[in-house]
Amino acid sequence: MTAKPSRFAYQVRRHLPERIIQGLLFMAAFTAVAVTIAIVVILVYESLGFFAHVSLWEFLTDTQWTPLFSDKHFGILPLVSGTLLTSAVALAVAVPLGTIIAIYLSEFASHRLREVVKPFLELLSGVPTIVYGYFALLFVTPLLQIIIPDLPGFNMLSAGLVMGIMIIPYVASVSEDAMRAVPMHIREGSYAMGATRFQTALRVVTPAAASGIVAAYILGISRAVGETMVVAIAAGTQPNLTWNPLEGAATISAYIVQVSLGDLPHGTLEYQTIFAAGLVLLLMTLFFNVIGHLMRRRYREVY
Amino acid sequence: MSDLSDTATQVSAIRAMIARHKRWDVIFSMIGLAAMLLGVITLLALFLDLVLDGYGRLNYEFFTSFPSRHAGQAGILSAWVGTTLVMLVTALAGVPLGVAAGIYLEEYAPRNWMTDLIEINVTNLAGVPSIVYGLLALGLFVYQFDLGQSILAAGLTLALLILPVVIVATREAIRAVPGSIREAAYAVGATKWQTVAHHVLPYSTAGILTGMIIGMARAIGETAPIITIGALTFIAFLPPSPVSTTPPFVSFDWLLAPFTVLPIQMFSWLSRPQVAFLENAAAAGVVIIVMTLAMNAAAIWLRYRFRKRIKW
Repeated sequence: MTAKPSRFAYQVRRHLPERIIQGLLFMAAFTAVAVTIAIVVILVYESLGFFAHVSLWEFLTDTQWTPLFSDKHFGILPLVSGTLLTSAVALAVAVPLGTIIAIYLSEFASHRLREVVKPFLELLSGVPTIVYGYFALLFVTPLLQIIIPDLPGFNMLSAGLVMGIMIIPYVASVSEDAMRAVPMHIREGSYAMGATRFQTALRVVTPAAASGIVAAYILGISRAVGETMVVAIAAGTQPNLTWNPLEGAATISAYIVQVSLGDLPHGTLEYQTIFAAGLVLLLMTLFFNVIGHLMRRRYREVY
Repeated sequence: MSDLSDTATQVSAIRAMIARHKRWDVIFSMIGLAAMLLGVITLLALFLDLVLDGYGRLNYEFFTSFPSRHAGQAGILSAWVGTTLVMLVTALAGVPLGVAAGIYLEEYAPRNWMTDLIEINVTNLAGVPSIVYGLLALGLFVYQFDLGQSILAAGLTLALLILPVVIVATREAIRAVPGSIREAAYAVGATKWQTVAHHVLPYSTAGILTGMIIGMARAIGETAPIITIGALTFIAFLPPSPVSTTPPFVSFDWLLAPFTVLPIQMFSWLSRPQVAFLENAAAAGVVIIVMTLAMNAAAIWLRYRFRKRIKW
């Protein structure tokens, strides 16, 4: 008589692979945390080397950024101003157009039109940013130079405008999601009171979706702030502390690209500047992202 | 009598008011359409401009020539080969990792602080600017792991970059599979992994594939992180071939070879002053756009098709 296979062996055969697979899957999911940690560690570690030579005070208050010149200054302000100014121009384009498109799609457009436009918007957000950089430099800037004759070849206006066009699909699509999340009975209540479509859209749906719409703007800012190739190509690489969008100025990301294109030896102070600049960029986008996601969550919880 | 005439004037006043308010509906519809058309027409103008600029250079030689000092002879051979190889590494590294993470978060993850932490990080990573990934790769892959400015380093960087896209798409696809399918599998004695591998995954393949294609399309167009790790812009040779006629027939030398990719080639032509090189940049741009749009369109079509076909 053969021995009955032990219950224990069966359990092991059935459950051990399960345990191993679960462990592997967990490790895959944990890479998300590991990547975040790695980003922070690398940026902070290299920045510490930078701040050993440059005081934090100088970094935050000096109005010149010239680490590659013999007369070195390490003030991040010109790069931050360039970043914020190009983003502001982009937002001035994307907010009105994106909001109107979102209201139109959500409240006015027929179902069929929406089915066509939504995938089209998705398609547009897939266009690589380097192509938009080409447009800004060789299409929009010459066009603007017809209107403003003394506009320099590299300027923040054209970079900002193109970035604005670039983030319209994103702003429109996130705001539209927020408006569609407003329950139908709220609209019906408004119609029952005799309101027209436009009155309902403007005075009922838009306020109800306000936090979601604002979240779309803020996430749009975060995209514009982190955007690299458009500004690196069209806005120039000269750090410039100015609030005039007609001038050229480097942004944080454009500076990182400029330095990376040269061949900087590993471990030098100039090499460490891009990590310090990157840390500032990360903190800025993180700030906007956190606010954006908090606001987005708020409108989800109301209904 | 006067009462009745009053009613009539009141009615006409109300009608006028309604008409006035309704006029705003029409006006806003026009504005909305105009805004959309403005966006669409601007973009079409831009694309048309790009195609017109680059059209003259799009011939067979353009795809089979190395970059050159002479704009007329320059081509994108090393760039598209580089893009293909980098994408291969990205797909092999990024997709399994992202899908596995998605499966864990959707099917296995217990409700605890660790799961919350992972989810917060996935959302956060999606918002990190791509150039920061470049800095991570420069510090970690290029110098700490000593991979150098190689195809492997670039592929891994882009794999991390598309990780959130793949994870989110996988989770959405898995979430769409109804619980009754899982319960039926458990009821006949399947283990958790058997349920996932034999039932949940086959049903969510289309969604996962969609996310994968969108992620890869994004990776193809990414320029900033690859510039940051220090990819060279002038590469007039191909990486060593992965297959050979002599044993052991396959070689992995190409993984550590220097390379260039399409967006970088375009960027380097774009930063030259001569008009002839700008034409090359436009032609390279057309190639990149056609590739990414085709991939995105395929993904959207795939999703649409499967959404229609599946009836639970």
